[in-house]
Amino acid sequence: MRPSPYLLLAVLAIGLSACSPQLVRVKPYERGNLAKPVMTHDSAPLLESMTEHAYFSREASFGGGGVGGGGCGCN
Amino acid sequence: MKSILSTLALACSTLTLTAAEQPAVGQALPKLAELLPGAKLPATTGKLVLVDFWASWCAPCEASFACMGRLQEKFAAKGLVIVGIGVDDELANFQAFAAKQKPAFTLVHDAAHKAAAFFNPPTMPSSYLVDRKGKIRFIHKGFKKASTEPEYSKEIDALLAE
Repeated sequence: MRPSPYLLLAVLAIGLSACSPQLVRVKPYERGNLAKPVMTHDSAPLLESMTEHAYFSREASFGGGGVGGGGCGCN
Repeated sequence: MKSILSTLALACSTLTLTAAEQPAVGQALPKLAELLPGAKLPATTGKLVLVDFWASWCAPCEASFACMGRLQEKFAAKGLVIVGIGVDDELANFQAFAAKQKPAFTLVHDAAHKAAAFFNPPTMPSSYLVDRKGKIRFIHKGFKKASTEPEYSKEIDALLAE
């Protein structure tokens, strides 16, 4: 049985309405925990740069963390 | 099918409207003493009131304090009262921030988020400028540094002239 397009549309509308900023459950004044430094993407920049360096060294033949070519230095 | 869709649409719109409820311009300011039980509040009868929501973890709020201080200095004698409502979960953070800033205006801690739940500030900081008759006349969302202060001054001047 093929679902009705109206039903699909309704499901889509309800699903997207959940993305509305008015429906976000954490209010702006409740974001104290989210604002803590530990919640940032790069909370430990030194550790991150070391990990990236190790990854780059290990995977250099595939271009490391970038999109370049091999490790031959020809790019 | 039509009735199902109508019901779903109604449910969605009701949910959105309920969630989005916020005081609007023209609405009367409720008694702050009721929203902030136990807080030491200044007398606001017949005065302009600037209710400002802030938090210690909010960088723009910290940036706005210097502006609030200047507004206090410039307009307090003319009848402006600034009430900074801190929404920190922890009292220690509120107190540390207040001690660091040492503003000349009143700061109160909304420990139970009762005032915040009523005003439902759309962003941090948010402020509400209330006229002498107790009506909310201007709502500021966020703090945009240099451009915000002249806006406040212009609005306060206009309300004082009424």
